[in-house]
Amino acid sequence: MTPLSFEWQWNIEYVIFFGLLYVALGIIGGGITFVAIKTALQVFGFMRERKFHD
Amino acid sequence: MKKSNDHGKPETGHESTNGSGQKYGMVIDLDKCTGCGTCMVACAAENNVSVRADQSDKERVITWMRLYKISNGKKFPHTEVSYFPRPCMHCDHHPPCVSVCVATATKLDFNTGIVSQIYTRCIGCRYCQAACPYGARYFNWWDSFPQDKGMDRYLTPEVSPRMRGVVEKCTFCHHRLMRAKNQAYAEDRRELEEGEYITACTEACPAQAITFGDLNKPDHKVSQLIKHPYAFRLLDRLGTEPKVYYLSSRDWVRKLADNFLPGEYEPVVNRTWAEDEWSTKPGRDEF
Amino acid sequence: MDSPLIPHGVKRCTPGVFFLWTLPWLALLAWGGLSAFLCLWKGLNQTNMSNVFAFALWIVFDLAVIALGAGAFFTGFLTYIVGRKELKSIINTAVVIGFICYSGAMVMLGIDIGQPVRGWFIMWHANIHSMLVEVSFCITCYLVVLAIEFIPLILENRQIEKVKELRFLGHNLHEIMAVFAATGTFLSFFHQGSLGGMFGVMYARPFAAREGFYIWPWTFFLFVLSAIACGPCFTILCTKLTEFLSRKKLVPDDAIEFLAKLSGRLLAVYLILKTFDYLGWIYGIVPRSGLTFMDFFRDGPYGVWLIVAEMIFCGLLPAIILLTPGGRKSQGALIFASLLNCTGIVLNRFLFIIVTLAVPVMPFDRFWGYLPTWQEWGIGLAVVGYGFLVFSLAYRYLPMFPKEIELNPVPSE
Repeated sequence: MTPLSFEWQWNIEYVIFFGLLYVALGIIGGGITFVAIKTALQVFGFMRERKFHD
Repeated sequence: MKKSNDHGKPETGHESTNGSGQKYGMVIDLDKCTGCGTCMVACAAENNVSVRADQSDKERVITWMRLYKISNGKKFPHTEVSYFPRPCMHCDHHPPCVSVCVATATKLDFNTGIVSQIYTRCIGCRYCQAACPYGARYFNWWDSFPQDKGMDRYLTPEVSPRMRGVVEKCTFCHHRLMRAKNQAYAEDRRELEEGEYITACTEACPAQAITFGDLNKPDHKVSQLIKHPYAFRLLDRLGTEPKVYYLSSRDWVRKLADNFLPGEYEPVVNRTWAEDEWSTKPGRDEF
Repeated sequence: MDSPLIPHGVKRCTPGVFFLWTLPWLALLAWGGLSAFLCLWKGLNQTNMSNVFAFALWIVFDLAVIALGAGAFFTGFLTYIVGRKELKSIINTAVVIGFICYSGAMVMLGIDIGQPVRGWFIMWHANIHSMLVEVSFCITCYLVVLAIEFIPLILENRQIEKVKELRFLGHNLHEIMAVFAATGTFLSFFHQGSLGGMFGVMYARPFAAREGFYIWPWTFFLFVLSAIACGPCFTILCTKLTEFLSRKKLVPDDAIEFLAKLSGRLLAVYLILKTFDYLGWIYGIVPRSGLTFMDFFRDGPYGVWLIVAEMIFCGLLPAIILLTPGGRKSQGALIFASLLNCTGIVLNRFLFIIVTLAVPVMPFDRFWGYLPTWQEWGIGLAVVGYGFLVFSLAYRYLPMFPKEIELNPVPSE
């Protein structure tokens, strides 16, 4: 219970709550990474820039 | 360290507050209480409760033990007054404040029944204050003590003073439990005797209106007192299950301790203080 | 002076006029900055909050702006997931409003907690049973999503777009926006709900306590519904205000019409469910606590009129206007109804926060009053100033309204 100890209990509520949270964070992080890599590839000319459609 | 979840159900294999562990509780006899305020003073001094030069701002001062003055609302000569000391109720099983705390800074200890507050963990969101119907939780609106007044010399060394911006509340003088346990350990005992651990307010009350002990031990005085027909709890019907009980022979006092719809309240003894002095006579406690 | 920054083909006021327009909002921000400094330096004693009013003006502002900002997630959901094409003309506005509301609320919450430096404890020492943890987690994540949704719009600025890397980045972000919108919808749904759940779970406060389904009190679902019912109306209001100030049409009628109709329907459903909620509460929880409905309004300025105003004047009336085609067509009626709708939601949040705390639970306790200090108003109004400033900057320098050129053809220079 020190300020630095991490609260984790092996029960289903923790798994569901943090599971959903990390799925959401994973999607956000994964999306950004995907965009970053794609942009880098386009910038360095490995991939053709597609015309942007509205 | 044993851990339990916040829904009041301990994890399997651990003792609950109903089990063989301790369940500390308090009984306050309102018929004996004179309203002198010694409990408030003793509590504040014992627990390093911060003070300000002007303590008249009742919405923001910190009073772990707070004395309310209640009246039956009748005109003279039928006016009756009682005093109502209100510490933290240390609600059992599912205290309203514990499950709402964002940072797990408050816990119900299933081995002692005490609702703790970890000051260095509290972020000061005050959700617990909003959830507590008793107003037993206090926020540190100011820095704890005037720095240059020499007041730090009066601090209790066993209790940490609180920093600005955190919530604090009555801990049933938890440090006294630690002290008693250490003593018992030094004397190679596993169990505490009755009266070995009592709170500062219990010790200080000149009228001996406060009784403190283990509600799980049938031979402790508190366990017997709570079976008394005069015993009641504050806001009992909300389901908070307080471990602080009150005694009063006066129906209007008991009635003021909870909300009742018209006709709902069933009097225990339909007599008032003024009509009957029986409640103060010897033998009352063996009712 | 700043014409190279202004989007092609649109007309904006002169830099001087724009500067004058920003002055009041900058003043509000300065006032808020001073207040924030005082609150952080001297502590929350600078406010009139107390142990009775543990939550006060700031939490009302927080919950209000978060409910009003719900237009962002809901419009995003309808645009990217459901695929309503007409909303593309208003989605940028909704996103900017959402970003303003959420970032403003986050800053306000940071000052509101007694130990701002320990804010990260919510994430680290999370008590997963607390609704406020769910709120904090989802708001933080959703603010990231909103920032991601906002970035492509910023990158569309005329000068920024010239940088090839940033242009690619913007386009690529835009292409997978549906993924972010879906995540945002999920996060937003849960935190709007948890904000309601926060009050419903306070079982020892009979004014707020509600029964519910599994771990979620009814307020969870009602807060989600009320937020998506009023969010679009707030988006409409902001658009109409921009149209009024810039004296031109910015969003085609079909988008506004669609949002208004949807808002009206959702509001009607919400009102029906809310009526059941009130009845269940009045005949269930309240008598079980030994109280009658009128007991809550014995003292103090908060009377039944608040509930009447919430349900009838700011609920039923705007719902009827928004549900009738004539009401939606008439500019005046539409704006009036949107205003009432938004006021109703703010009233609802006010009831749950302030009235819950003002009503004493112990029969012998007294009613305490509360009036905010100038520091509290300063921080609350700073969010308004911040909102106007960011929205104005976005309107001036970014193609916030894609249909603006189409609706206002300017003769070529």
